[in-house]
Amino acid sequence: MNVFGLIAGSLSTIAFASMLLVVGPAVQLGRVPPEPGLQPYTEPQLRGRHQYVSLGCVYCHSQQPRDPAMGPDGARGWGRPSTPGDYAHDYPHLLGTMRTGPDLFNIGQRQPSPDWHLVHLYQPRAVVADSIMPSFPFLFEHKAAAAPGDTVVRLPPAFAPAAGVIVATTAALDLAAYLLSLDHTYPSRDLPKAEGARP
Amino acid sequence: MAKRLVIAMNGTLASLFALSFGLTTVALFCLIWAISRGQLSPSGQGARVIFGAQEMGLAEDPAASAAAEAAIRGQSLRSAETDPRQDPQLLAELADRQIADHSSRAPVLAFLTSALVWLVVGSLLGVVVSAKFSFPDWLNGSAALTFGRLRPLHVNLIAYGWISMAAVGVALWLMPRLLRTPLHGGRWAVLGAGLWNLGVLGGVLAVLSGWTDGIEWLEFPWQIDGLLVAGGAMAAVPLLMTLQRRRVEHLYVSVWYIIGPMFWFPILFTVANLPGIHFGVEHATVNWWFAHNVLGLWMTPLSLAASYYLIPKVLGRPIHSYQLSLIGFWALALFYAQVGIHHLIGGPLPTWLVTVSVVASMMMLIPVITIGVNYHLTLKGHFGALRHSPTLRFVVVGAVVYTLTSAQGSFEALRSVNRVTHFTHFTVAHAHMGAYAFVSMVLFGAIYFLLPRLTGWEWPYPRLIRWHFWLATLGITVYVGAMTIGGLLQGFAMLDASRPFMDSVRVTLPYLMARTVGGTMMTLAHLIFAGHALLVLTRRGPQRQGAPWRPESQPQEVTV
Repeated sequence: MNVFGLIAGSLSTIAFASMLLVVGPAVQLGRVPPEPGLQPYTEPQLRGRHQYVSLGCVYCHSQQPRDPAMGPDGARGWGRPSTPGDYAHDYPHLLGTMRTGPDLFNIGQRQPSPDWHLVHLYQPRAVVADSIMPSFPFLFEHKAAAAPGDTVVRLPPAFAPAAGVIVATTAALDLAAYLLSLDHTYPSRDLPKAEGARP
Repeated sequence: MAKRLVIAMNGTLASLFALSFGLTTVALFCLIWAISRGQLSPSGQGARVIFGAQEMGLAEDPAASAAAEAAIRGQSLRSAETDPRQDPQLLAELADRQIADHSSRAPVLAFLTSALVWLVVGSLLGVVVSAKFSFPDWLNGSAALTFGRLRPLHVNLIAYGWISMAAVGVALWLMPRLLRTPLHGGRWAVLGAGLWNLGVLGGVLAVLSGWTDGIEWLEFPWQIDGLLVAGGAMAAVPLLMTLQRRRVEHLYVSVWYIIGPMFWFPILFTVANLPGIHFGVEHATVNWWFAHNVLGLWMTPLSLAASYYLIPKVLGRPIHSYQLSLIGFWALALFYAQVGIHHLIGGPLPTWLVTVSVVASMMMLIPVITIGVNYHLTLKGHFGALRHSPTLRFVVVGAVVYTLTSAQGSFEALRSVNRVTHFTHFTVAHAHMGAYAFVSMVLFGAIYFLLPRLTGWEWPYPRLIRWHFWLATLGITVYVGAMTIGGLLQGFAMLDASRPFMDSVRVTLPYLMARTVGGTMMTLAHLIFAGHALLVLTRRGPQRQGAPWRPESQPQEVTV
């Protein structure tokens, strides 16, 4: 085997794989329109999504409830199997490959309270006793007293500071807004029936 | 059946799919044909190209003491009754090899010293990240220290700082030896090492500050990735220049395993980094196509190149079946490039796409078994050499784990297995088996072999090599054992809808703690290794003056 054959052969195998696994999906999935029920992100939600990306939430949380044949995601209330149309506005993608924590594709529907999310981000163990999620106190401010317009985090007494209040920064509010926007429980166009979805 | 995602496959895709199936079948028949034609019997002049005319049967390990090397030689074909230093032809060939080593010295050392720094930083970060599972409120004062930023730093530093730089360094050292030609254009590679380091450093600072591309294995912002592309291209220049001026007719199999990735990696890395093209689910497919190919078409072939050289070289006997090694190469090139989508099994993707990857993953058993069998038959009857040769010990552990972890990966891609292991720490254990117990162990072995040859200075303390080996081996065993068990428990808990999700977290806690212990042992091993290498590089510590064929004097300057 000469050098030319070696290089040509190596390029062919990679070209073939790229056709199959890069061009193929691009042709097929690039044309999938958004699901009709999918709302575009608002400005705060997009900023919150950026927080989610930069704080690396994806390393512990997936966003892809699976078919019942693959796992009891629906039974856990994580929602119907997701479809490509559910992700039409997503860049970068956040499908995730790890579930150290639960799937978040429909967390906005499971936990619709902004207060819950703020408390959970400030100190996860304040709402989930055995949680091993990191706390994010740097997204909050400890103030002597709340100023007008401040969002005070309503912490359980055991986790509240001795004096003063904990106030959410814009970053925390944005992140909570993004998490609340994660609700893909609308019926899907691409699934035969939306049985997996919860009302 | 009711809730399957319905995405019809169009004609183009169907034909691609059929073509893939066809090629796969053809490849399988090629293998059967090769076996039936007796191609797998020991033979092949090609395998002997790495030895001098009189060198067959002479064991060599610059990392071993003189006594140990004599003992390895007792294990090999020819006993030590012939003194190689009296054979004029061999002497001339050894002088040639010395010139080859000398020609690659600067670029190889530039890559390897950088790799060692990133290894130490990257593994310290790994321990911190692991401990955070057990102490989630530890280091929570700033965004830069949060788990979600340190974890990608660990992965990227090990992948692009340690493994990539060490592997390129080893490749730069191997090529002049394999081609019996001094390295040409080595300065390009030195410059490449500089740019590559700048890229890694820039990427680290970017991720720490929250500037990230946000997808796994590709977190470094694409604007900074340009530095890695430029640095990598510059490192490839001397390899190709030397290839063009080569003085051997035959390209040894290690050359293939070096030239292949030199073309594969830049294509993969550039395609996956193109901004604003990939979107949504399609972004995820490109992401995992790339991420698995970093291991499959970059780290793996470069490590195999080193093993295919070092195992025969240390033992002084050629690789058992040379044809088998070539089948292994082409099967790897064809199938490994297609396995990536098995990371998205069960996800919102067309079924055909996942199936292609599952099939390719199973087909990977072909190259894996051929390589495993070949190594085993080369070593057969000579396993005793492992006791004496530090290089061989590291490389053989790596080679054995390559077979184990690849076979595990093939079965992990089956939907029935993946159902349990997906989304769990099991995958993390698997990744570490590949990147550490296989790739890193081979690279450690290669560095133990080559550093004395490049510096003209022995490893001063054989005991430190033993400490490195055992801490690393036991550490990764604890790591993989703990995460495999913990991951399976986690997977079964998650599949059981009657158990609350938090059960799947609680069952992993002791195993996560054990992982931190294993990781600490590995990190200690790296500190010992880096410190020991520093002694060699600065020419300190006692010298045993034992290893044969040590450069008595510096060879004449080679113009590059």
